[in-house]
Amino acid sequence: MEILKKPASGKKYKRNFSSVAMLTATIAAAVITVFVLLFLIGYILVNGLPYLEPEMFSLTYNSENASFMPAIINTVIMTGFSLIIAAPLGIFAAIYLAEYARRGNKIVGIVRTTAETLSGIPSIVYGLFGMLFFVTSLQLGYSLLAGAFTLSIMILPFIMRTTEEALKSVPDTYREGSLGLGAGKLRTTFKIVLPSAIHGILAGIILAIGRIIGETAALIYTAGTVPEVPENLLSSGRTLSVHMYILSKEGLHTNQAYATAVMLLITVLVINTLSAFAAKKIAKGRS
Amino acid sequence: MVRRIGVKNIKEIVMQGVFLIAALVSVLAVALICIFLFANGIPAISKIGFFDFILGKTWAPTDVPASYGILPMIMGSIYITAGAIIVGVPIGILTAVFMARFCPPKLYKVLKPAVELLAGIPSVVYGFFGLIVLVPFVRNTFGGRGSSILTASLLLGIMILPTIIGVSESAIRAVPESYYEGALALGATKERSVYRAVVPAAKSGIMAAIVLGIGRAIGETMAVVLVAGNQDRMPTGILKGARTLTANIVLEMGYAAELHREALIATAVVLFVFILMINLLLSVIKRKVK
Repeated sequence: MEILKKPASGKKYKRNFSSVAMLTATIAAAVITVFVLLFLIGYILVNGLPYLEPEMFSLTYNSENASFMPAIINTVIMTGFSLIIAAPLGIFAAIYLAEYARRGNKIVGIVRTTAETLSGIPSIVYGLFGMLFFVTSLQLGYSLLAGAFTLSIMILPFIMRTTEEALKSVPDTYREGSLGLGAGKLRTTFKIVLPSAIHGILAGIILAIGRIIGETAALIYTAGTVPEVPENLLSSGRTLSVHMYILSKEGLHTNQAYATAVMLLITVLVINTLSAFAAKKIAKGRS
Repeated sequence: MVRRIGVKNIKEIVMQGVFLIAALVSVLAVALICIFLFANGIPAISKIGFFDFILGKTWAPTDVPASYGILPMIMGSIYITAGAIIVGVPIGILTAVFMARFCPPKLYKVLKPAVELLAGIPSVVYGFFGLIVLVPFVRNTFGGRGSSILTASLLLGIMILPTIIGVSESAIRAVPESYYEGALALGATKERSVYRAVVPAAKSGIMAAIVLGIGRAIGETMAVVLVAGNQDRMPTGILKGARTLTANIVLEMGYAAELHREALIATAVVLFVFILMINLLLSVIKRKVK
């Protein structure tokens, strides 16, 4: 085992009691972390997979069959629409911060501070704001649209941060080369910098999708809880996470709640794998 | 030729404006959130009376006359957050030390995605897990009804692990290798070098991790609602239930009207002020790191 090897100095080092205790505590903590994760995933998958029955995929929800298919459709719409708003905004904002703003620019400081504030705001506060602003003031009612607007503000700082990091990891020589060949700033940004940073941006957006799918508190009072396939963007509809919350809260459909939990876990697994895959591509492209 | 350059310039200028506007959206969003929360919440606080609202021990919005004291919820939030910190911080920091200092590279390749996965699991799934596993566990082991401050603390302690591990790990990795080597050269064991030289040097970063964890815990809603019991009375023990600020909003917003509704928005204002204070603390710590 690597961790038990002597230090490179070659000096004979005696293990004393406190060192052994520290090492034990450190390893124990890591073991606990992994155990908790494996236990959570294992428990839900083992107990939930049998309930993933064909009826769960029925297009209609009723009290006998708490199907999650309408919720899945709502989730897809919600994700798509939130991204349509937040992704361009976040990417453009990051382009401003990373490519255009000069060092020491006051606007940059303000934007960074507000973005950090946004990322610390609890999702229930977003939900309340969405209810006051989009649902009531803009009169969108409980609707997918109001939910998507609320969520797009919520994931905006996240997309900004990951995109900015991706843009900053593009070497300056790329920009200098392009500018030196006579391309303008805009052309350089879109033709040279963005394509080289695309995998990093994608990794961030995929993680943002995960946040949208997992969100509950911000949606209950903006998108509402109607368990049906929406007619249009102004219809209310619950996403998979909201569906999961209501099933667990009511306690009447534990089996269906299990199945929904399995569905959510599988989605998260897929999303994390995809994001890691995209991130790995950057590493390869760079070397 | 001259015209083409002109068109190009206009395009450059327009797009620069577009980028700037996109950057300002987050400023606008924060401004709107502040305005809407405060404009709807402050009048309620002044109607109820600041001290009656913050320090009032009874929350009975449907009684006649109604009372709107949120001290039980403030205490609930504080107890549960403190519990989550007690559970999550030691495990989180030790795991971060393991990952940054003791972990064989092959194991790291598994451990890192595992921690990221822990961060990606939706809070409602954690809540469900808490409801079907932790609540019965606490009920059978410690007695009581199971839905309690202890249960919520355990669950939130797990949920803040990825935040604490991630931030602490990068703080520990940022410590120059010479600290470690110096301690080794003085004859300290590997563990002693790590815990006496490297970890203290990463103190500020680890503090930032804890503060971020506090922010996560205090703002968490769905998982807490499912396992904390949600009694709107002053919490009396760790095996008794409690209601947090977040839970208060999510549980009653659906049917609240008039002053009750405004009082809930005012609850969000209090929560928001907590979060702003945490953010402030965080930026002070971050400045220290620099």
